[in-house]
Amino acid sequence: MSAGYLSLTDEDREEMLAAIGVSSVDELFEQVPERVRFLRELDVPPALPEAALVRHLEELAGRNAHGGVELSFLGAGIYDHYVPALVDVLLSRGEFLTAYTPYQPEMSQGVLQAIFEYQTVVCELTGMDVSNASGYDGCVVAADACYVAKHTSDRTKVVLAEALNPQVRQVVKTYARGFGLEVVEVPHRGGTTDPEELTAASRDAAAVIFQQPNFFGCLEPAPDLARAAAEAGAHPIAHVDLVSLGVLEAPGEYGCAMAVGEGQSVGCPPLYGGPHYGFFAAKEEFIRRMPGRIVGETVDHDGKRGFVLTFQTREQHIRREKATSNITTNQTLLALAGLFTLAWLGPQGLREVGETCLALAGYAKERIGLPLAFDRPTFKELALRLPRPARDVVAEARARGVHPGYALGRDYPGMDDVLLVALTEKRTPADVDRLAEVLREVCG
Amino acid sequence: MELIFEKSRPGRRAGRVPDYGLPVPEIPAEFRRARPPRLPEVSEPEIVRHITALADRTFGVDSGFYPLGSCTMKHNPRVNERAGRLAGFRDLHPLQEDDGAQGALELEWRLQQILAEVAGLPAVTLQPAAGSQGELTGLMLVRAYFEDRGEGETRDTVITADTAHGTNPASVTMAGYALEKVETDARGNLDLDDLRAKVGKRTAALMLTNPSTLGLFDEGIEEVARIFHDAGALLYYDGANLNAVVGRSRPGDMGFDIVHFNLHKTFSQPHGGGGPGAGPLAVREDLEPYLPSPQVVREGDRYRLDHDRPKTIGRVRGFSGPFGVFVRSYAFIRAYGPALREMSDAAVLNANYLLARLKDVYDLPYDRHCMHEFVLSARNLKREHGVSALDVAKRLMDFGIHPPTIYFPLVVPEALMIEPTETEPKERLDHFVDAMLQIAREAEESPELLHEAPHTRPVRRLDEVRAVKQPVVRYGFAQHEAVEAGA
Repeated sequence: MSAGYLSLTDEDREEMLAAIGVSSVDELFEQVPERVRFLRELDVPPALPEAALVRHLEELAGRNAHGGVELSFLGAGIYDHYVPALVDVLLSRGEFLTAYTPYQPEMSQGVLQAIFEYQTVVCELTGMDVSNASGYDGCVVAADACYVAKHTSDRTKVVLAEALNPQVRQVVKTYARGFGLEVVEVPHRGGTTDPEELTAASRDAAAVIFQQPNFFGCLEPAPDLARAAAEAGAHPIAHVDLVSLGVLEAPGEYGCAMAVGEGQSVGCPPLYGGPHYGFFAAKEEFIRRMPGRIVGETVDHDGKRGFVLTFQTREQHIRREKATSNITTNQTLLALAGLFTLAWLGPQGLREVGETCLALAGYAKERIGLPLAFDRPTFKELALRLPRPARDVVAEARARGVHPGYALGRDYPGMDDVLLVALTEKRTPADVDRLAEVLREVCG
Repeated sequence: MELIFEKSRPGRRAGRVPDYGLPVPEIPAEFRRARPPRLPEVSEPEIVRHITALADRTFGVDSGFYPLGSCTMKHNPRVNERAGRLAGFRDLHPLQEDDGAQGALELEWRLQQILAEVAGLPAVTLQPAAGSQGELTGLMLVRAYFEDRGEGETRDTVITADTAHGTNPASVTMAGYALEKVETDARGNLDLDDLRAKVGKRTAALMLTNPSTLGLFDEGIEEVARIFHDAGALLYYDGANLNAVVGRSRPGDMGFDIVHFNLHKTFSQPHGGGGPGAGPLAVREDLEPYLPSPQVVREGDRYRLDHDRPKTIGRVRGFSGPFGVFVRSYAFIRAYGPALREMSDAAVLNANYLLARLKDVYDLPYDRHCMHEFVLSARNLKREHGVSALDVAKRLMDFGIHPPTIYFPLVVPEALMIEPTETEPKERLDHFVDAMLQIAREAEESPELLHEAPHTRPVRRLDEVRAVKQPVVRYGFAQHEAVEAGA
């Protein structure tokens, strides 16, 4: 018995085999050399009818401590912001869900226009001129940016702020070998990056990537960092959180050449790490070196507006080994979730989300009463200095039904006593009170 | 139709955000946004209508036949969508401690086991985000393997077929390798003489799609593997066409050392207008130490992410991969169970049926049975009636059919690359045949009808040259040049 996803009847099969002129499907596989044919049955678990399949998956899902089980303050790059109901309902429309890349624009005007609108909101938020249709995630877009920087500078070094998300740095380092790029890291000083130190490190660098707000939740002196990079002749690249850009300045306004980041916080649930979308935006001069799809406006034969994939000569299917990237399948459906969320929020709503996060973070500072690890302005995450190892505090708080945040020692040696607490607009003051209570209990 | 920005009215809004009445700390001026972003200001009813209108102007597998070659546009079972939305998956933070993610880790581990069995190779990483990233990751493994053997400097070349997807050569460059191409012989197999002449001490790997982008299984695959292994090089299997051979032939048994899967193709993650996808890799035992970190491992009846991997190439993506895709693909596979072979059998039968019915009217460059897809050429229509593959593709739209992939692979002029997939019923296939035969008649009788096609879509053919010469890649608000918005 097989799944009900096939449509041929026995009669269909007979007619089709006759039309082909063979007596069995086996005959069609005779082009496979005998010794590489697979003759036994695949050793995979037995088939499940739909109801049993749902039960099995519910059982697996039920063994995860998700946000509905623990009151969670985990962030560190993936955030539990509210996703409007219309996003999921409308993205379940089969036309979006089951289409592929709009190679044939007359069949795909809807998805092309939606991507054009997505590119526009990303440009608006980041202060850039051009956005691609999405990259894989917030890590890979940073590596993409390094590739662009290499090819537009003829330099072979990139500089990363240590306060840039550790996973982003790991991915850049993995990619850098093939790109022929040396990676240099600049340590944080008291939670943020020192502009002078950055200038010194940026000589001969193709690019500098820093994060705003940074991985510790602190606001970097971003305009000074961008200036420091530019003075050394390196492209300044900001790794930003779209949610923050209703209240924080756009990277394009303080001199960044490119802005990249993880789009998950706008439109996507955490989903154990994906799929989400990376966004990649840049100033106009980089358009011909951009990775990935770009949608452009044009007209049809009657002069009516329409949208197409454009600058395709950058891409692998045309340019092959000289392409600006190998990316093909991207994260369009998730990028559209971002667009629809931003349309639902509007400029006012996005600012309010930012303000509510700020307000809750301010409230949490007061209520929790533990010292901040860094004396710096913050947005929605707080690095708290604990009297005990953060990992132990996490374990004991979880036993009380509260996940208090991310133990920074998991990535930063010497920070074993620092806990990173994320506040989104979905948490309430009562939730913060509960966190404060639990932290008091487990910190003694 | 209007852009959402053109529907915007100051002061209008949809979403309400919680306000807890707490004081909002002032952001220092140097960080504060000076000018609000011009996001659309639209009410919820109008957003819903806007998105609905966009969906109405988009064609998916749900809308009709979508034989886009190489993309495996099969039906996407809806139970998989339900599975991906279970709260225990959807609301699970990827940095949750392993003891709080046992269900997710078990699902990942089970999927790894299944993919290893399908590939015929023992070790799997789920991390790569798509096929292209799987390719690049695979080449990074190749590099790590040779560096470990002291051959990192000498082995600097990767060989691809002239029929390869553009991603193969693009990945080769991004991985820092030199590229060499081998030709296809008259039967559509790799040209073994050309291959023998090009494989040597500098060769690190071959990247090959099998069946090829011509939809043909390489009949010399055993000899191909021997040539590379004798030269000490590795074989990389581009899994783009795996839908042809699941349960029929395994890449590991063919001699491949590294395999990527496109879960969105073979195992039915919906393509989402361009993505998401997933590109897991299966590899030979001795390549396991180099796989990306972290790896999902099982210890007794517990599962955990193993970060302690001294020889790893590093991380290629955030967390352990695009988990929601794993849920859907795992659900898809479990619905079939060991009968997964029936999927490939039906895909191959459907393709051969179309091929049999069309090959007398369109040129067939390689006259063999095909696998799950095949490539026709419109060069006869071009020569005799001035009608191109593009014209055929555009005219198919008027029949409610998404065009096949065109002008690829590059070795076939006026190529039409047709992949029906296993999920189509015979009536849909017959409708496609009827449309293709009618188009061939129209090419003879009224070619202008084809040059002018499509006639029934929301827009007519679009000026792609203008899109490059006068680039408009974002809405320009007050400065946006007005063009007729159309229906």
